[in-house]
Amino acid sequence: MNIQLHTSRLLAGLAIALPLAASANAILDGYQAETKGTFSAAAGEMLYRTVGPNQLSCASCHTDSPKNVGKHAKTNKAIDPMAPSVNPKRFTDAAQVEKWFKRNCNDALGRACTTQEKGDFVSYMLSVK
Amino acid sequence: MTYFKSITLSLTLLGSGTLALADGGGNLPALHPKMEQECSACHIAFRPNFLPTSSWKQVMASLDKHYGTDASLSPADQKEITDWIIANSKEQGEAPPENRITKSFWFTRKHGTNHVKPEVWQRASIKSKTNCQACHADAAKGDFNEHKVRIPR
Repeated sequence: MNIQLHTSRLLAGLAIALPLAASANAILDGYQAETKGTFSAAAGEMLYRTVGPNQLSCASCHTDSPKNVGKHAKTNKAIDPMAPSVNPKRFTDAAQVEKWFKRNCNDALGRACTTQEKGDFVSYMLSVK
Repeated sequence: MTYFKSITLSLTLLGSGTLALADGGGNLPALHPKMEQECSACHIAFRPNFLPTSSWKQVMASLDKHYGTDASLSPADQKEITDWIIANSKEQGEAPPENRITKSFWFTRKHGTNHVKPEVWQRASIKSKTNCQACHADAAKGDFNEHKVRIPR
């Protein structure tokens, strides 16, 4: 009796704490837990196309569509597609994702990205089919 | 006399070290796997003997401002790769301006206008002096044998 009561309480607690746990991406879930807000794929796409102070945007190297193979703006090195729909390895390794957000937000926008922006960005990437 | 001596010394060092290794392509030591992985995310992983140790130290300590790009690593990865490069490079030759391999004496001598015209570097297929493999197909393996150079259109 006692045990049953505890279980139902626990489940109710989980339901409140994780209302949007069905994103199917652990990294996005992490940003979600941090901001407790909602993310917008449209805002993420806008960020992707924003040209910053160095005349660079994400699209400068990753091309118009994140489904394409990109090219490093300086070295010409080929860059694997960023959209998980064509490159399932993307957005699976949190350390890797944080490393590149740090570098590329700095290069393209001249500043660090906020957790909200990272969540929007990953939402956009996951929405590209 | 001193001037002459220092030139002779430089040439001797270059002959025995940098160029011998850079040209050869045979029996090259394997690169540190993490170094290879991290560097080659943007360009081929350059051989440790392409810069003197003092230049490498400066390059590895300023990865957040890496020739106009933020190439920062986690502190742990940065240390691991730096330690390996220090252990596998030498303090030989003169440190090039801005710690640029492409401004090293041996590089400019081999890639001067008598060998490569300025407009060749501008080609879309080459674009950057960093893009070794555009002309040295096996550059990533450390093979810079000049007889295998093919300059793309």
